[in-house]
Amino acid sequence: MENTTLLEMRSIDKSFPGVHALQNVDFTLRSGEIHALMGENGAGKSTLIKVLTGVYSKDQGVINLDGRFDVKIHSPQDAQNLGISTVYQEITLCPNLTVAENMYIGRGKKPITNWRKMNSDADKILRKLDIPARATQQLGTCSIAVQQMVAIARAVDMDCKVLILDEPTSSLDEQEVEKLFGLMRDLKATGVGIIFVTHFLDQVYEVCDRITVLRDGQLVGEYEIKDLPRVQLVSKMLGKEMDDLSDIKSDQDAYLGEDADEPVYEATQLWSDAGIKPFDFHIRKGEVNGFTGLLGSGRSESVRAIFGADRVLGGIVRMHGRQVHIRGPKDAMKNGIAYLPEDRKIDGIIGDLSVRENIILALQVMKGFFKPFTKAQAYAFADEYIKKLNIKTASADTPVKSLSGGNQQKVILARWLLMHPEYLILDEPTRGIDVGTKIDIQKLVLELAKDGMSITFISSETDEMLRTCSRLIVMRDRKVVGELSGEDLTQSMIMSTIAGGE
Amino acid sequence: MNKTKLKGGIFNRVSDTNLLLSITVVIFILMYLGAIIFLGSGFKKPQMLFNILNANAALIITACGMSLVMISGSIDISVGGVVALVSMCCAVYLDVNHHNGNVYVSMLIALGIGLAFGIIQGLLVAYLNIQPFIVTLAGMFFARGMTTIVSTAPFNVKNQAFDKLKLTRINVPGMGSYNKKGLYIPAYVEIGVLVALAVVVILFLVLRYTRLGRAFYAVGGNQQSALMLGVNVKRTKFLSHVFCGLLAGLGGYVYFLHVGSGAASHATGMEMNAIASSIIGGTMLTGGVGNVVGTLFGVLSLSTIQNIVSSAGLDQAWWTGITIAAMLCIFLLIQSIVIRQRKRALKR
Repeated sequence: MENTTLLEMRSIDKSFPGVHALQNVDFTLRSGEIHALMGENGAGKSTLIKVLTGVYSKDQGVINLDGRFDVKIHSPQDAQNLGISTVYQEITLCPNLTVAENMYIGRGKKPITNWRKMNSDADKILRKLDIPARATQQLGTCSIAVQQMVAIARAVDMDCKVLILDEPTSSLDEQEVEKLFGLMRDLKATGVGIIFVTHFLDQVYEVCDRITVLRDGQLVGEYEIKDLPRVQLVSKMLGKEMDDLSDIKSDQDAYLGEDADEPVYEATQLWSDAGIKPFDFHIRKGEVNGFTGLLGSGRSESVRAIFGADRVLGGIVRMHGRQVHIRGPKDAMKNGIAYLPEDRKIDGIIGDLSVRENIILALQVMKGFFKPFTKAQAYAFADEYIKKLNIKTASADTPVKSLSGGNQQKVILARWLLMHPEYLILDEPTRGIDVGTKIDIQKLVLELAKDGMSITFISSETDEMLRTCSRLIVMRDRKVVGELSGEDLTQSMIMSTIAGGE
Repeated sequence: MNKTKLKGGIFNRVSDTNLLLSITVVIFILMYLGAIIFLGSGFKKPQMLFNILNANAALIITACGMSLVMISGSIDISVGGVVALVSMCCAVYLDVNHHNGNVYVSMLIALGIGLAFGIIQGLLVAYLNIQPFIVTLAGMFFARGMTTIVSTAPFNVKNQAFDKLKLTRINVPGMGSYNKKGLYIPAYVEIGVLVALAVVVILFLVLRYTRLGRAFYAVGGNQQSALMLGVNVKRTKFLSHVFCGLLAGLGGYVYFLHVGSGAASHATGMEMNAIASSIIGGTMLTGGVGNVVGTLFGVLSLSTIQNIVSSAGLDQAWWTGITIAAMLCIFLLIQSIVIRQRKRALKR
């Protein structure tokens, strides 16, 4: 089994208007291996995957699959029929159908649906993979993580030869990731070739056998995992030797303690209808703090309550000691609070508008729609922040949807920075973006704090929080269970606080 | 939120489609019971319900087609025009050779016209990616225009075979009533009602049990996802329009069978009634949710309210319009409240 070549992509070329997304890229997958596909955003990973799955047609190149020369893949259906299954980062299932249907639709040839058989088959698989969902449940009523696992269950059930996992872990918590890895190893043992795309380096080193690195649409190389230490992988992805990650916090002031000046923002017994317990919270000028906890512990809900994004049910909010009423995002914005939401696709970006329009959007809302900015003003704002945040875009007029994920994130960040907020809330600003941009954003957070902005930063990666925050609020089961600062800011302290041990 | 725990409760177990369907059925029954209690008279007799069916068989058929395109996330506003065109063409054809046109051929004409509209509009929408609203708006104007070209004046049919078919009444056993003289008057339905009910049953089965039917829901739910799941999105969209066109043709014939004439002003606004019925029946304009059984009840609710309004002595067109508007609002309100409540319940 080992070492037989399963899939060969040779000299793949793909251009979009204005972008040469893939240039002469080779990729080889052997059966029974887990192969990581790595690269920064915009490196061409997604494009390569989409060529392989028939979403895009390649301009040039050859795909050989399982001994068949030059297979034609024109649609996702073709790919499925050839035994290529894909689980995408964004859920690509239909929320209005049942779990079982989502697992079986678009497969097989039978014109009639046998519901009973489909449901019992689906239930069997769900049980086997230990997925907490019923076959007859409407998919939209499942949590995102469960939906993702249903997508994986579908792929697993298709007897695929090649399984593509495109950032499947970004919405899963640790347990679920472990479960997924177990599943991947089982599949690997049966000879399936798995292509694994992820931004989490730990995960790559935990499950993968080989790594292929792409950069700027070109192949950098293919490596055995044992031959490529982390630092080298990162430098290959970035195309430069990287300055030490752990160094960026060095010149940040330590948390000043309770007797420092008056808090910029202070909330007592704040709670919202999103199901969090009332909590107290404050932040001082120039402070960077963060909410941490497991996925679903209520960290996002807490900052949403601060911003008024969910319906606030009670609590007293003070800014600079004066009581204010924040009933909705607009009140929060008026009080100088800005919020960068977790899910940029849903809550943030308007894909068809240009970079410029997306950047000035919030400021325009505050100014009022009947007093538009002049074109010159708008361009000035946009250009300033494109430069400041190093946003990679063809021009200020490019539609945002054609930018890579990390750059979209920067556009939203620019939108809020333009408001010159006193207090900036960043909910998972680094999720699903590449290492280089992650560091850019972390650095930016620290710089802004130095200029006097107060920032709350949330990330699922604790390293990142430890590097940027001077105080961490720990949450468990929708309740604040602890606060860490100074010397307590260590990985193990966070873990034990989350776990609730001594 | 505990992600690993199953969320139970009947409320959360049913799908959006079934939830909306049950709301519609319950409201319809309450409304009808209310009419029997407070208005009495006609509503007490089962024939009232059958009359509603007789008068609305064509609407049931076209509304079913409408639901189908709406479930697929599209829309077809040409159906009223197609119904008028079908009536006119059939009327003119049956009159040829001294009122001797063949009834069966006229049926084929009706289905052919509907199919042609469905295919052309489907091609434009699915394969050329033109907005369905625009395409079918053009289709509507075209159909209305063609109707007038065929004949500007209304056209009454005098064809024996057709009249026989038109006047065929199917008695419903046990549902009749006695008149003042104690004479038993049997309850009856027209042929169109049987056709309409058959359409509802067949479409229900197609939507629930066939690969194609489920593809309609998938495409309406999330087109991009459906594509990724291996559904042929273009073909599915195309077929939804073909089905809708065909049903508009069939509905047109049933309409023609009920009124027995062709006129350019026939079925004015029928597409809007079809859309309203679908929505009342729990089909969402956003696609992916809906059911033809709901549509049947949607049509019944709509015409029952019209009957209630006229029985209550408010027999003017604007009253009917206003009540329908109010009813649409109430239905949509209930739908959105229920769906929102449920989302909120699931969040916890």
